[in-house]
Formats: sequence, C-alpha cells, structure tokens
Amino acid sequence: MQEGNVIEVEDLTKRFGDFTAVDKISFAVKQGEIFGFLGANGAGKTTAMRMLIGLSKPSSGEAKVAGFDVYRENEQIKNNIGYMSQKFSLYEDLTVKENIRFYAGIYGKSDQFIKEKTSIILKQLHMEEQANNLVVSLPLGWKQKLAFSVAVFHEPRIVFLDEPTGGVDPVTRREFWQMIYKAADKGITVFVTTHYMDEAEYCHRVSIMVDGRIEALDNPAALKKRFNARNMEEVFLKLARGAKRAE
Amino acid sequence: MRKLKFLLQKEFRQIFRNRSILRIIFVMPVIQLLVLPLAADYEVRDIHVAVVDHDHSAWSQKLVNKIDASGYFQVLQYGNSFERAMAQIENDRADLILEIPAGFEKTVIKEDKASLFMAVNAINGVKANLGAAYLQQIIRDFNGERRAEWIVYPRFDPEKIITVTSSNWYNPNMNYKFFMVPGILVILVTMVGSFLAAMNIVKEKEIGTIEQINVTPIKKYQFILGKLIPFWVLGMLVLSIGLLIARLAYHIQPAGGLLPVFVFSAIYLLAILGLGLLVSTFTSSQQQAILLSFFLMMIFILLGGLYTSIESMPEWARWLTKFNPVSYFIEVMRLVVLKGSGLKDIGPHLLIMSVFAVVLNSWAVISYRKRH
Repeated sequence: MQEGNVIEVEDLTKRFGDFTAVDKISFAVKQGEIFGFLGANGAGKTTAMRMLIGLSKPSSGEAKVAGFDVYRENEQIKNNIGYMSQKFSLYEDLTVKENIRFYAGIYGKSDQFIKEKTSIILKQLHMEEQANNLVVSLPLGWKQKLAFSVAVFHEPRIVFLDEPTGGVDPVTRREFWQMIYKAADKGITVFVTTHYMDEAEYCHRVSIMVDGRIEALDNPAALKKRFNARNMEEVFLKLARGAKRAE
Repeated sequence: MRKLKFLLQKEFRQIFRNRSILRIIFVMPVIQLLVLPLAADYEVRDIHVAVVDHDHSAWSQKLVNKIDASGYFQVLQYGNSFERAMAQIENDRADLILEIPAGFEKTVIKEDKASLFMAVNAINGVKANLGAAYLQQIIRDFNGERRAEWIVYPRFDPEKIITVTSSNWYNPNMNYKFFMVPGILVILVTMVGSFLAAMNIVKEKEIGTIEQINVTPIKKYQFILGKLIPFWVLGMLVLSIGLLIARLAYHIQPAGGLLPVFVFSAIYLLAILGLGLLVSTFTSSQQQAILLSFFLMMIFILLGGLYTSIESMPEWARWLTKFNPVSYFIEVMRLVVLKGSGLKDIGPHLLIMSVFAVVLNSWAVISYRKRH
C-alpha cells in the first residue's frame, strides 16, 4: 500500500449473475481526504461502497481499506471504519444518549470515553436538551447529523457516507458539510456518495461512475476545466448522458 | 463479553419500551390460561336424541328413562314416526335417532336378543362419535340389568358376560384441565419464543439497523446471543407466570416437582429460539416471518398431541411428530405434571431436545450472514 493512502482499489468487480454492477474500478483515497463518489442511480456506487465496508464480497479484483484486505481481513476493516447508510439506521425507540452509548459500546469503547465524548458531541449538536428524548421525535435533519456523529464517535480512520443528505433542507445540508470538514480536519478520511452536485464542489476529489465504471476522477476544478463546464452539474450531465442503464 | 452487555442492555430497553409487545407477552398467557381451558372441554353434553318408539312397552319406556337419567342426553319423543325424527336431524335439532322396533319387549323375552336402530348425525364428528358411544354404553348397561333381573340362577350355558371396569391412573378423575392447562402453556411459551425472536431480527432488517450492526466488529455469536438471551429470559418468565396461574386457578402442581419442568423448558426454549432465528434468516420482512411462523405453529400444534393423541395418528404422521419439538414438551409436561416423573425419567427427552437446540442454532448461525 502506497504511503498516505487509506483506500486502494484495483480492478474491483461485482457481478450478480450476468449483470456486472461494478466493472473493474480502480482508485486510491488519501488519508484525510474528502472523496466524493458520484454517479446516477444504478451506476453501482452503493455496491462498490458495500464491498469496501465488508457487507458484500467482491467477484474479482483487489481492494485494501485501512491497510486490510477486503477478502480475508474484512472483520479488521470494521474496527477502522464508520458507516452511515442511505437508510436511517439509529434505533428510533432508543433515546439520543442510548443510541450513542450502544454504538460506542459495541465498538469496545470504555465507559469513561463514552461519557466524556457524549457530552462533547451533544454540545456540538446543540442537542443537550434532547439527550433523553427518543430519536423518533427528532426532525430528519437532526437525525442525520446525529447519525453522522454516531458513525465517527469511535474515531475511525475512514467514514463511509451513503447519500447522507438525502431529503434534508439546504441549511441543514450546509451544517452537515461543516461537520464533515471538521472530521476531515481531525484526519478522518471521508468517502461520500451524493446526488447533489453543489456538494460535489465541496469534495477534495470526485469520481464519477457511469454504468459500473469510473469515467472521471479528479478534483472539481480540473474536472470542470477538462469538460469545459461552469459547474459540476454540467460535468455530471455530460458524462451521465451516455449512460445506458435505466434508473 | 463487554460488547454483549451493550447488546443485552439495548434489547431489554427496547422490549420494555414497547408497551404493546409487553402486554401481549404478559396479558395473553394470563387470559389464555384462564379462558381456554374452560372452553377446550372434551366432554360432550346435551346430545339431542330423538326416540322413535314403535313398541310402547314397559321396557322401551325403561330404556328411554335410563337414557334420560344419564345426564348426557336430552330425549325428544317422536312417537312412532321415523320421518319426523329424521326431519329433526335435517334441521340440526337432533344429533341421534334411536329407533325401538315394534315387539321389542316380546322379542327380548322370547329370544333373549333384539335389535335397535341408531342413526347418527355426523356433521359434528366429535359429538356424533361420543354420543353414539355413550348411547351404546347405556344400552349395554340396560342389557346387563335386564339379564340380572331375568336370570335368577345360572342357566346351564349362560352367555358369559364380561364387564370391563376401568380406573384412570395418574389423573383419577379424568380431569381434562390437568392435561389441557400444561399443554396450552407449552403453546404459549413456544409462541413467545419463536414469534418474538423471529420478528425482532426481521424488524432490524426492515428498518436497516442490522446493516449498521454488520459494519461493526461485532461477532456473529455475540449478535445472536444478544438476541437469544433476552427472549430466553422472557420465555422462562412466561412459563413461571403460567405455572403460577395453573396452581392458583386449577390447583395443578407438577407431581414430579418444578425442577424437571424448568430444566426441560430451559433447553426447549433454546431450541425454539433457534427456530425463530432460522425463520428470521430466511425472511426479509415481518410479514413473511409471521406467515412462516404461523404455518409452522399450525403444524406443531396439530401434530403436537394436545388436541389429538399421537398414538392414534397414522404411521407417517407419528413419524412426523418426532421432528416436532412441541410434541416432546407436551409429553414431558404430562409426564412430570400428572405422572410425577423426575429428571431421570425424562432423560431421553432432554437429550433429544438438546439435539434440537444444537442443530437449529448451528443452522441459524451458519445461515446468518454479515456479508453477502
């Protein structure tokens, strides 16, 4: 593994029967980077991400996450990553505090660590008053911010975010991205999929998947220049227009 | 171990926070145990028998009186019209017709035998069978009395009369509650074990939290233990409540003591929870889990020996009951509660149930996948 890289992917492929969901993708992500993983619906983003976090077994190719092999060492990978899925996945029938405690606990954190960090996090989220409320009672934007805090609570090396801001209002989205930046400042690598092209501009580097392949990978400025586009939306449209897979 | 503590804490919190499930867990057994045994009564009473008496003799009258006095029958008299009696069967107002032929008394006295005709309305099979059996018993009794009256001294070659008197061991009064109550308790414990455990895991699949758990370093066995232990505790709690109700409401105390009941239940619950886990690994929505559990429960209950005895099932069905954990529990309950069997006597059952527990749980652990 090359110095400074936390994810290295080489010809990674996932087939479901005759269908090749992810077709020989290769890329590397550096420590502390915010890596945007873009693509239309059905392009294979989520499948690729699921292989990296150990939820799905690759059909072929190589991948290393946090220095561990995705085939043989996928349980060690799990100690080093955080994950926030497309589906909201905190327990709605537990309180804010109980959710934090549960997820921190199953990552093996000590009571002391959990207690101290919980109060810091609640303060940052301005949720001290809601600490003992059931999660079901929170507005969606708050839930998403809480889910992100839970995903990085155990201080992983990499956090994977699968469309974290879907259905969230613009103000909360901005706040959400401020949290992402803060995490990146602390050295946590952020691997994020999104549909919002303005969010793509916030990423250090962006890859764009079309029909299971990575068609472009660079920083937003370079991509815009290369495709002669004013913004990322135009870059995306130019690339995605050639897609054959229907939604 | 520490991780398991967090899993258990979370599970118990969720269970006790879910009021409707909690209510089902604790109120259902109480109500079912108090109501069902009273309703699930095997005794048949108030059988309507339409009597068509063509004889009108003292003897035919005696026979009818005897039937009337037995307490099981309501006698409806229809003179000598079989058609009218038949009409009552067609209207479902009569369950049986007893036709006494003309010259009944005379034939009996002269020839020492006579025939009666019995027609049974078999729409309600249980009632018809039992009614016919009761009636035959009464007629046999009547016959015996008549002979005793007439044969003053033994004739040269009297027909030998063999009467069978039975005494019911282990349940001397044939109190059906003594085997219904433990049986219903078995079914309750089974439902709590399999249904709730299966639903719980499938719910995590539905809301997506299982995926979040699968990206954590939690081991498969930790996750499964985290699900097994809470429902095992709940199952044992339901069992204890049930036994208490059986004692308070029906004065049923296991003759063999509580220890064999609890030891067997402990292993039984492991097996049933394993089954619940297995159901959850093969289904992806709560709907599917309910349907599959319901289907299995139907088979388990009907082939469990509670409502019909296993001995009277056809060969292939008896063979099937060997794979039915419920049938072992019902048998053990009866052995311990009625017969007073101890731990040693139910040894074979304990062994078989342990095999069930190991096989079902291993199967569930193997089919539960963190990675697809």
